Amino acid sequence: MYSELVMEHFRNPRNMGVIDDADGIGEVGNPQCGDMMRITIKVKDDVLEDIKFQTLGCGAAVATSSMVTEMAKGKKLDEALEISNKAVAEALGGLPPAKMHCSNLAADGLQAAIKDYRERHPAG
Amino acid sequence: MARAVYLDHASTTPADPEVIAAMLPWYTEGFGNPSTVYSLGLTAADVVQKSRESIAQTIGAQPDEIYFTSGGTESDNWAILGTADAQQKKGRHLITSVIEHHAVLESMEFLEKHGYEVTKVPVDSGGLVDPEDVRKAIRPDTVLVSIMHANNEVGTIEPIAEIGKITREAGVLFHVDAVQTAGKLPLDVTELGVDMLSMSAHKFYGPKGVGLMYLRKRARISPLLHGGGQEKGQRAGTHNVPGIVGMAKALELAKDRMNEDALREGALRDRLWTALQENIEAVHLNGDPVHRLPNNLNVRLDGIEGESMILMLDMQGICVSSGSACTTGSLEPSHVLRALGIPAEHAHGSLRVTLGRATTAEDIDRFMEVFPPIVARLREMSPIWCANCPCKKGN
Repeated sequence: MYSELVMEHFRNPRNMGVIDDADGIGEVGNPQCGDMMRITIKVKDDVLEDIKFQTLGCGAAVATSSMVTEMAKGKKLDEALEISNKAVAEALGGLPPAKMHCSNLAADGLQAAIKDYRERHPAG
Repeated sequence: MARAVYLDHASTTPADPEVIAAMLPWYTEGFGNPSTVYSLGLTAADVVQKSRESIAQTIGAQPDEIYFTSGGTESDNWAILGTADAQQKKGRHLITSVIEHHAVLESMEFLEKHGYEVTKVPVDSGGLVDPEDVRKAIRPDTVLVSIMHANNEVGTIEPIAEIGKITREAGVLFHVDAVQTAGKLPLDVTELGVDMLSMSAHKFYGPKGVGLMYLRKRARISPLLHGGGQEKGQRAGTHNVPGIVGMAKALELAKDRMNEDALREGALRDRLWTALQENIEAVHLNGDPVHRLPNNLNVRLDGIEGESMILMLDMQGICVSSGSACTTGSLEPSHVLRALGIPAEHAHGSLRVTLGRATTAEDIDRFMEVFPPIVARLREMSPIWCANCPCKKGN
């Protein structure tokens, strides 16, 4: 069902956890749908210095969360905002069609976290 | 790597080696078509008839009330669509329950698209149908009541004999999907008061692709499959002779060991449920604690999602099922769990464990060795597990 890369991220998720003194928090999805994620970020000089995720959901939800943190870490905020859900799925070698909508929300979570950071730090 | 632990017997079972041994000659030297008139075919017809007699005797039916099909889905479709077609002069109303298998529910929905009316009776929080609800739903134009014997997800055993009395008094045909109980519970079609009953061989250690329908003599329904006139013109298609032989053998074996299996699997299931409650917090039972198949355990775990549990258990060689949307192939979690009043967010975190003949105490121990760390890991990862909630930080 899943590509080997998806399973590899599911088995060994990157950047799993929560940043306690996060500069921005993004939450997307909801438990009724069975998929929900929380992204916490640390920003320094307009760069994503650290990023962590917590995810409730299926294998695809976990793997896309892990992948988006890997893709975004160290990027400038504007660059990170350009990462799309589709790009995350492609980086994982594709997802089963049924998973493209319900479980592919990692980039949305990242964008929500960056938006939250910018609202909290209007001058930055 | 430890040996694989298969705990998904409600999904399918391994064929018994004795079943396979009984089937094999009917693929090779006994390969004849039972519908032919030379001796090779007659020998095959004879073994089909002997299988029919053996199965009929086991379920308290007459041999000519047993019709061979391709499995539970075909039998369910046939019972519903065949009755609806044959009885349309009487009416176009059918009754079923909200927790039926999709083979029943979707056949009913197909009829709704063609102008029939369907009443779905509710269940209580354990999954039990109240026979009085069935009685109240019956109308002058009702042609069929279809209620499952035991539910495939939560194992709830329905009060079929009581419902059978009601349908008999009302003169309405009664179909029972017994796919989950055949070979597990004693089945007597007269005691249960049913007119039609579906079974599938692969659920009781028989081969896949073969099943049957019991159809009481006085019940008139139309065929679903048209063609070569087999099964008295009621179900066309060349007989699956090895499959039929295997199914009869599997049912015979199941009958002999039914009580022993139920006691043993029930004790192991209870042991697993006790261990889960002792070792994992926020774990809840889905379904009825008493009126339940002895091999079924269905639980939900707060804060985690079912597919992730299944994938992680699979990495440890353990096979189980879930009612999560991700595992039903749709966006909705199990309709059964939702009908029991379980909120969607909890239904996603459910796990079905179904034991079988080969399940040992070591399998249960292995499950309990592997499962608590998986739950801990998924909860550590979960944004909705309470300990991870920002509001709890520093408390």
